[in-house]
Amino acid sequence: MAATDQLLFHGADWDFPTLQRISDACEEIARSELGLSIYPNQIEVIRAEQMLDAYSSGGMPLFYKHWSFGKQFAYEEASYRKGLMGLAYEIVINSSPCISYLMEENTATMQTLVIAHAAFGHNHFFKNNYLFKQWTDAEGILDYLEFAKRYVAQCEERHGSQAVEQTLDAAHALQSHGVDRYAGKKNLDLRAEEERAGKRRLHEESAFNDLWRTVPAGPVKSGAVLSAERRRKLLGLPQENLLYFLEKSAPRLQAWQRELLRIVRHIAQYFYPQSQTKVMNEGTATYVHYRIMTRLHEQGKLSDGNFLEFLKSHSNVVFQPEFDDRGFSGFNPYALGFAMMQDIERIVTSPEQEDREWFPDIAGSGDAMAVLRDVWANYRDESFISQFLSPRLMRHFRMFHLRDDPEQQEGIRVDAIHDERGFRRLRRELARQYDVGFIDAAIEVVDVDLAGDRRLMLRHNVVKGAKLNEADAVRVLQHLANLWSYDVSLVEVDEADVVLKEHKVTPSTVAAVA
Amino acid sequence: MVIHIVDRRLNPGSKSLENRQRFLRRAKALVQGAVKKSSQDRDIKEVLEGGEISLPLDGMHQPRFRREGGTRDMVLPGNKKFVEGDLLPRQGQGGGKSSNPGEGDGEDSFRFVLSRDEFVDLFLDDLELPDLAKRRLAEVESESIHRAGYTTSGSPANISVSRTVSRATARRVALRRPRPEVVAALEAELAECSEARRAEIEAELESLKARLRRIPFIDPIDIRYRRFEATPKPVAQAVMFCLMDVSGSMTEHMKDLAKRFYMLLYVFLKRRYRHVEIVFIRHTDKAEEVDEETFFRGPASGGTLVSSALQAMHDIVRSRFRPADWNIYAAQASDGDNAISDSEAVARLLTEMILPVSQFFAYLEVGQDSGLTFDMPDSSLWRLYERLRLEGAPLSARKVCERKEIFPVFHDLFKRRGKQERVA
Repeated sequence: MAATDQLLFHGADWDFPTLQRISDACEEIARSELGLSIYPNQIEVIRAEQMLDAYSSGGMPLFYKHWSFGKQFAYEEASYRKGLMGLAYEIVINSSPCISYLMEENTATMQTLVIAHAAFGHNHFFKNNYLFKQWTDAEGILDYLEFAKRYVAQCEERHGSQAVEQTLDAAHALQSHGVDRYAGKKNLDLRAEEERAGKRRLHEESAFNDLWRTVPAGPVKSGAVLSAERRRKLLGLPQENLLYFLEKSAPRLQAWQRELLRIVRHIAQYFYPQSQTKVMNEGTATYVHYRIMTRLHEQGKLSDGNFLEFLKSHSNVVFQPEFDDRGFSGFNPYALGFAMMQDIERIVTSPEQEDREWFPDIAGSGDAMAVLRDVWANYRDESFISQFLSPRLMRHFRMFHLRDDPEQQEGIRVDAIHDERGFRRLRRELARQYDVGFIDAAIEVVDVDLAGDRRLMLRHNVVKGAKLNEADAVRVLQHLANLWSYDVSLVEVDEADVVLKEHKVTPSTVAAVA
Repeated sequence: MVIHIVDRRLNPGSKSLENRQRFLRRAKALVQGAVKKSSQDRDIKEVLEGGEISLPLDGMHQPRFRREGGTRDMVLPGNKKFVEGDLLPRQGQGGGKSSNPGEGDGEDSFRFVLSRDEFVDLFLDDLELPDLAKRRLAEVESESIHRAGYTTSGSPANISVSRTVSRATARRVALRRPRPEVVAALEAELAECSEARRAEIEAELESLKARLRRIPFIDPIDIRYRRFEATPKPVAQAVMFCLMDVSGSMTEHMKDLAKRFYMLLYVFLKRRYRHVEIVFIRHTDKAEEVDEETFFRGPASGGTLVSSALQAMHDIVRSRFRPADWNIYAAQASDGDNAISDSEAVARLLTEMILPVSQFFAYLEVGQDSGLTFDMPDSSLWRLYERLRLEGAPLSARKVCERKEIFPVFHDLFKRRGKQERVA
């Protein structure tokens, strides 16, 4: 047995100096051996109850108040109390400094695992992945949330909690269609956002003069009817960011309502990269914690017993149930991600003939970490899988592709399996499952009937015959109409431009908006 | 790099409390419905436990644009025997279609846990219960003696030595009473000092001794006595007797009405007493003490003799619940049938045995579901109780046909009681 005084800790107990030692040891390995580049770390130890609190606000330490978070909380609390749900060992926030919440119940081994996983794995991913760099502002998010919370509370005071709740309900319903999917404009600067809102309010207050209210409005300029082309251009159409469109163009919204839409939109945008990188994010963090833990054990800083404890929870985390297993609920992002990272390492260091054919660029190039760091920086789930899922892994997971076509009476067709004929199709299909372009319904604002009844026209491009759930669609459109304050219509159009269905909604209350 | 480690465990929890309240407020109607429903299935004592309720999510639904139908593609792990081109039957097993588990689950209705207070509030709120705590019920009180600070007068046995001495010390220090050691030291010096110094010391000693005499070691104003106060202590336990006629003429509806009344009484008592026991006595022509399940659901048949139940209650009181220690409440539910010959026995038992030891005796006459309360003919039992009441017996009687009348009747019963008390 190596000198036991090298051990970071003995047994399961830990205290704050232990955490400090653990994170120092992890950092040493992360920087020198894995070459990670991370935000400064902040580790916070919390209780189970606080973990539940964090769950219901998207993992963020603070959030504005809304009943839906209470519903979430009630639901999660019930499942937790009944033992249906275990709590996560940690939550990590994409912010700078990068905040990781650790549960106080974790043993010392688990704290080591969690620090390696969150404070180094996720942290590196947040800092280096192009999606996060492009769409999120890690420095500003906590301040922005603070501002959002304060702003919502102020609005409730000024305009009544019911009006605020209605606006937020509507905004939440449209949240999934409140993100910019393509880069183009300048990067988000949340701190500037906050200042902007403050300045605008100050200006309003200083420029307030009750007399303006009494000035009669001039006659409406009924100039030449704008050409359809020009009208759409002025309105920035077609526009798939519905919240952005409403914020900028809805005719009767109050300034504070626009600001609320903006807040919901920004927060949705902040979470958007996370939904696109589940597999990669978890795969990276799991790979990093596996490397660090193994190295700690090799260095004699982790005892055999503790290492076994780690291996046990690690293998639980990366367990992939098969499709006919009772516990199956799709691909486990930890399992798939970790397997792919390890596979890339294998391809880079000891490739086989098959790998050389499939991955000529990286096979045998030797420096696994350089390749992985490049992958972590420049891909999202969809592109990652379509580039790096190897035949060997498809065989390992025994993947197969089912096509459930309602037209096909005989049953569900097995379209491809893990064989030479199927590899590429399997990989393409799996990648599509992670493509947000396919996950979310493709809905966009196409036109506004400015000359007529100001009807807002939307279009859903139906893919593979999947139409919107009618009841839900009408409810969401109702919210949309209430914000727009005139009629809203949505057509569902298939690939051949055939209108499959049309929904029309009239705003329920003008009073709520006016 | 220095890592920041923060201990947040001591931060106040319940950050979600406000969101939770917003949620409950929004879901109020739904939650109330669920509470009402869930309280029907509960035992009386469980009403106060709070606990899990199930909510339909209609009003609480958060709509999203969701797609459904169409051609679905999925890539799954764990192929056993499929090859390309196989067709898997849709409904059959074979594990073909696993219908994306985890999607849409738990969204139609969901269960969550209400705290005890939330539950009772909603339960009572549903019934529009006024603030009953303001209405006083007669209570048997016992006195208890407890310490209540210090006083300047009292019996010598109650002198508080420590308090007295510390006050005396404070006074001596404040008035600069010379310490005995100082005097002793001067006297010692006096014995062996020079002549010139002697006069000086004697003068000083003189003044010190005068001071010693003027400022006593313990002055009467220092003395403090321990003070005791007797406070009336409410008896913190109550027993609630539920008497019910279970003869064939009592329908399920009537029993449900009775149960609701008992529940209210239980909730009410539970708010006032730390410990509430419930005794269930059911009777036909003979009475027996039973558990709750049997009480409400157990089958029984036979004639009706109310006096048997009263006798049973009296026996139980005598053997188990000493009136000095227990607040006794009784609520009787019946459809009003009673053998004519039994009236005298009932009257005698009530006036002589039961009412003198009871805090409160309520009689609830339950009628048919479709019936109208004011249409109910006066039954034999009703006429008897009415007569007793006119003669001045402290009992209350009400008729109830429908669930919604239960609360008003309950309220009414206690209000009347309050008035009587004020008069008394």
